[in-house]
Parts: sequence; structure tokens; C-alpha cells
Amino acid sequence: MKTKNLILFTLISTFFLIFIVSIWKILATLQGLNIQNFNLQIIFIFGVLISFANLRIGNKIKGFYKSILFSLIFVICDGYLIQKLPLWYNIGIFLILYFFVNKINKYSFVNLREQHSTQIIFFEFLTLFGILFFSFVILFPFYMMLITSFKTQIALLVNPLDFSINFGQDLTSLFKSYFVIFESYNFGRYILTSTIVSVGTVIITLIFAIPAAYAIARLNFFGKTFMSTSILIIYMFPAIVLVIPLYTIFSQLGLRNSIEGLLIVYTATTLPVAIYMLQGYFKSIPKELEEAAILDKLSWFGIITKIIIPLSIPAISSVALYVFMIAWNEFLFSLMFLDNPNSFTLSRAIQYLSGDAETPRQYLMAGSVIVTLPVLFIFVYFEKYLVSGLTAGSVKG
Amino acid sequence: MKDTLANTEKKTAYILTLPAVALVFAIILFPIFANVWISFKEVKLKDIRIPEPRAKKIVKSISEDTSKIKILYKLRNSSLIQEIRDVSFQDKFPKNFEIEKLDPRCEFKKYTLRCKFGNWPAKYRENFLLEFETNDGSKIDKKALKLIKPTLNGKSDNILLNTDFTLKNFKKVLFDDEFVDLLLTTFYYTFFGTVGSIIFGILTAQMVNQKFYGRTFMRSVLLFPYVAPVVALAYTWELLLDPNSGTLNSLLINYQIIETPINLLGQKYININILGFDFKLRLALTTVIMFEVWRYFPLAFLFILARLQAIPKELYEAADVDGASPFQKFFNITLPQITAVISILFMIRFIWNFNKFEDVFLLTGGASGTRTLPINVYQQGFAISDIGMGSAVSIVIVVLLLMFMFSYFKLLGKRVDEN
Repeated sequence: MKTKNLILFTLISTFFLIFIVSIWKILATLQGLNIQNFNLQIIFIFGVLISFANLRIGNKIKGFYKSILFSLIFVICDGYLIQKLPLWYNIGIFLILYFFVNKINKYSFVNLREQHSTQIIFFEFLTLFGILFFSFVILFPFYMMLITSFKTQIALLVNPLDFSINFGQDLTSLFKSYFVIFESYNFGRYILTSTIVSVGTVIITLIFAIPAAYAIARLNFFGKTFMSTSILIIYMFPAIVLVIPLYTIFSQLGLRNSIEGLLIVYTATTLPVAIYMLQGYFKSIPKELEEAAILDKLSWFGIITKIIIPLSIPAISSVALYVFMIAWNEFLFSLMFLDNPNSFTLSRAIQYLSGDAETPRQYLMAGSVIVTLPVLFIFVYFEKYLVSGLTAGSVKG
Repeated sequence: MKDTLANTEKKTAYILTLPAVALVFAIILFPIFANVWISFKEVKLKDIRIPEPRAKKIVKSISEDTSKIKILYKLRNSSLIQEIRDVSFQDKFPKNFEIEKLDPRCEFKKYTLRCKFGNWPAKYRENFLLEFETNDGSKIDKKALKLIKPTLNGKSDNILLNTDFTLKNFKKVLFDDEFVDLLLTTFYYTFFGTVGSIIFGILTAQMVNQKFYGRTFMRSVLLFPYVAPVVALAYTWELLLDPNSGTLNSLLINYQIIETPINLLGQKYININILGFDFKLRLALTTVIMFEVWRYFPLAFLFILARLQAIPKELYEAADVDGASPFQKFFNITLPQITAVISILFMIRFIWNFNKFEDVFLLTGGASGTRTLPINVYQQGFAISDIGMGSAVSIVIVVLLLMFMFSYFKLLGKRVDEN
């Protein structure tokens, strides 16, 4: 029993070590270092030895000195085997080992004898593994997008693995792709169109949604339950099914290639979500306030503008942020309705840019950075408001 | 008194909801009915443009005489296939204008020229020349004259409004050789994308539910793929997976894991040998599914995390007292608590993935075995320019979705009964 636990523990911790060192090596390779293999066998042997020695030594040496000792041994052997690597790479390896030894420090022979110890250890390492794995898998494409936008066509073709940026060059050549897409590809105009469309959608949606949500939340009328259930069903309806009829109707009415057309469609598609989120919030506002207002002979318009809106600023702003993000990210309708470059939105413009095989990829990535940044900024900055709304199922995708 | 109060309440409610209801009806519900209508018609993309009578006004001076002027109207029928009936024409002129010779189809009264051109066949063109002079001999301002635009009107058949119906579109869609393949591709894409995103969602939710340093930051990072614009993400992945100089292939070659680059998005099949068994994997489809899982697991993550945080702590404490292992706790407490959320998620994601267009369109454009039904709507409607066919495919999508929802609710209802 004890040996089985011991073996499992050393294996799990070793695989974790292999994983973090491999990620570090991949990142180092992408800085232009010439690393041809991971040396998995050597890391494996060291991992097993360190895990075992750590248990063996236990508390005889202070944790801090122990970590330093193990890390140094590993770094020296690793540095000896893969020669001629810069200092920063070895410092990284040292820090990783220090982190690793610190993590396994808390386990001892006594721990391993406890009930379910291997499962507990497995789950703990799985969590650590998951955090690193998902951070890497999710952030890597974003990292690549950003780096590529700062590179030149030649640099990208000569060594696709070199992600290092030369910060020594002056700013105009560093941000060259951005200057080019603004000057030659008219991106300023597309940003303006996207902003007008998104902000316009937010305003119109709120103007339509607030009264409707208020009526559904507060007033009694025939068809109320039908309306509130059909909101969700309509929300599930696929956009791709609407495309052809809307395309034909908009063509005949001359609404294609116009901002008005996009505004109408975006408003209609975001309305159900907005009404659903708002009516939920309106229901939580105490009724007494409105009753007092009715006694004061306030009309419904007065009730909404003087009582409901001031009280639900947080909900309204989170709905506004959502609608903004949906409209900003929208692609399907802008692809269908816009074919004149003068009325392109950002997403459509980037897709149009990529249609030309000659377009250098760094321009495409610079455009992608421009369209992504506002959304990520809004998301990170207002995360607290947005997450609760997201769970209400509000961003369609 | 009470009755009138209830009545005003009702009236107010209708006034308040009417704008939203009308808009949603016009843009979402009406097109669905229109889809049914169009799917039974033979309509091509070029048919839907309403034919318009058009006139281009060209103003020319005659020799040196500034009080005389020639105006050329280039008249044409904008449609190449449809005729326009009863074309009428109208243009205004300054008060001192007089016409030299009048075309028999026209009359000039009150400084307005009105003409009746009769019927214009398809592709009709005519150069319509008129000469004017001022009755007081004053100089003519050519620019001002050009700014006055003639108005033209005419009647034409709208192919969408007539009542010729056909079953051709449905026949073509349903009895197409590739229809089964299309359905299978759509099903693989939807099913594996949904299952994958839910599994990832469970793993990440379980992970973020532990306490660790930087947990809120981790939660935002996990949502990045879901909130970022699809265009940017799709092109980034395309560059990442590019066979010629993409980062992934370069890395794999650098570490000598593969010898020749793999075209992950452009290769339909790849032969895989596992334990002596050869089988073909649909490579491009698998890659597209991976992208879908990567992009949409955050939704599952959020839903499941919210549910996990609502599970009472006492359940786990009781399990600890009984000496349950972490695996037992996960399978006997956590999983049963989140099955309800998972079944809702499965339905939502299944429906949305079934209709997903942008992701596949941007990554592969539907090539190399990734053509799903929504991609087919686009290809039929806009690449082959057959609006009727596109509509018929959308109707197939709607019918399949309704069938799925119906059987899913039935199944779910049964399971609830059994419990």
C-alpha cells in the first residue's frame, strides 16, 4: 500500500513537472531559441529523484534551502545538457523548479499513509495542471495575434517560430501594420461605422426594451404569460434561418448596405434578451414606490423615467454593455447585408481583407487586435456586472 | 371604478409593449413565414431586384448661344429579365423655359415635362433628346439644371408576390446525393462540439471552484474566447494552423514530432493507426470541432460554476465524515447536482451549434468535408445564387430543430417521471 502510494505520488508530480517545463521550453523556442527536443527522459528521471528525495529528507532541511538546492541541481544538469542557452532561460527553469519543489514540500510519508491520499494528490495536481493548461491554451492565440501584428512579412516567413519583438526599433516601424491599415485600408472609417452601429443598437434597444420589460414585470394584461415565454423561444431561433428572407426584403426596400438596415436587425435580435434581463430586475424593485407615484398622479412615462430607470441603473448598464458586445461582434448579418466597402463594419472589413490572398498576415492580425481590444477591455473592466448576466444566458453564440 | 383602472392598465401595457412586439414580429417572426413562402418558389438571386426605370440627365450647350440648351436623358430598364409597364416620367424646369419641339408622348405644362413611355421590355434603352430655350434670352445655368432630378415610375411584376409554387427546391435538397453526408457532418459537428464543450466546462468549473491565488483572474481569462469577436479568433487560428508557416506546424517540425506539415484545415481525411487498426479521421472537421469547443466551453463553464457554488457545503461535510474519497464525492454528489444544468446546456448548445455559421465559414468556408447545413444555406442562396434553394435548406433546418426539441423534451419528461 505504501509503496503503491509512493510510486503514484512520484509519477503524478513528475508528469506535472514535465508539463510545466515543456510549456516553458515551447515559450522559449518561440523567443527564437534553438531547442530541438524536450529531453523528456532526463526531466522524468530528475522529477522522480526530486520527488523521492523530497519525501526522504522531509523536514531535516528548511523548506527554503531545500527548494533552492533541488532547483540548482536541476538547472545545472539541464544547462549542461542543453548548452548555450541564455541566462533568462535558466532563470525561468530555476523559478519553475522552485515553484514545483515548494508545491511538493507539503507532502510527507505521513500524508501518503492517510486514506485516499493518492486521489487527493491527483486532484490537487489536476487543478494545478488545469490552471496552467487552460491559461496556455486560451491565452496563446491572443498572444500570437498581438505578436504577429508587430512583425514584418519577411520576419514571419523566415522564422515563424520567432515571436520576439525588437523593442529597440522606433515606434513607427513597430506599429507599422497599424499605420498601414489606417492609412491604406481605411480602418478609421470602419471603426466609426462599427461604433455608430453598436452604440445606436444599444440606444434603440433600450428605448424599446425598457417600456416593454416594465409592462411585462408590472402590469396585468391579456397575453402577458404568452409574451414572457415566447421571448425565450424567439431568443433560441437561429439567425441563419432569417438571413434569406431578410436579404430579399432588404434588397427590395433598398436597406442593404445601410447602417439603418443593420440597426433594425441588430435591435430586433437583441430585444428579447434585453427584455428578459430587464423584466427580471424590474420585478425586484419594491412596488410601494410606484404605488406612491400613482397616488401623486404620475403617468406611466413619469413612473418609468422618474422611478424605474434611476433605480435600475446597474441592470440597464449591464444590458447596455451586452447589447454593445453582441452588436460589435456580429458577423453573419454584416456579411449578408454589406457589400459596399463604404458601409463595412470592422468584422466585415477584416473578413473582406482576408479574402485577398495577397494581404499580409500582420495587417490581418492588426485588424483583429483592433476589433478585439475594446470588447476585452469592456469585459475585464465590467466583469462583475457582466458575469451575472452571462449566466442568465444573454450572450448568444 | 376598478374596472376602468384595469382597462387603463391594459391599454398602457399594450402601448408599452407594442413597439418591441412589432419590431420582433417584423424582423424575426415574419421572415420565418416568408421563408416557407420563398422555399416553394423558383427564385434566383437576380430575380429579387425590383426592375426600375432609370434616367441619366446630361445637359449640353448648343454652339455659342447661351440661351439655348440640349438635354439628353439616357433612359433604361435596370432589369435584364423583366419588363416595366406604364412608365411615366416627370421633370421640372425654371419658369422662363420653353420647349422647342415636343415629343408626341409628352406634354409640357406649368414648366413641368410629363411623359408616358408605355411599356419597357427587359434591357430597354433609349436616348431621349430635348431642346429648350429661355423666352427672355437670359443665360442658362447648366449646373442648377443638372441638379433637378427627373422622377420615373413604372409597374412591374414582383416575382416574390405571385402565386406560382413548386416543390422543385425540396426535391433537389432532399434527394441530393450529398444530403446524407451533409446531415452527418452537421450532426458530428453539433454533437461532438456540444459534448466537448460541456466536458471542458465541467473540468474548468470544478477547477475554478477550488481556492487558489488568482482565481478571479482565471475566471475572466476562461471567458475570453467566448466574448472576443469570432472574426479575430478564426483568423488567428487559421494562422496558427497554417501548413506553410503556421506556428503549430513549425513547432511540431522543430521538435521532430512530424516530418511534413499537416494541413489541419484543408485536409479532409487523415489515416490513423491505433493498435494495428487503420481508420480514417475527418481531419478538417475535427479541427473545426476543436475550435468550436475552445470557443464555447466558457458558457458551459459559467453555468456549471454557478450551480457548483450553490451546492450546500453540508453535503460534502457529511461525505467527509463517512470517509468518501474525492472521486466518490465527485460522482455521487457533484455530478447528480449538476445534471439538470447539463441537460439544459446540452439543449441550448445543441441548438446553437446546429445553426452555427460564422465559425465554419471563416475557418474553412465549408471546404474539405466541413459543409454543414447552415453553410449550405449560404452556398445555395449566395454562391449558387438560388434563393429558393437556400430557403428550402433553412426550412429543413427549422424542421430538424423542432424535431430535436420535441424528442428531447419527451425524453427529458420520461426521465423526470422515472425519478
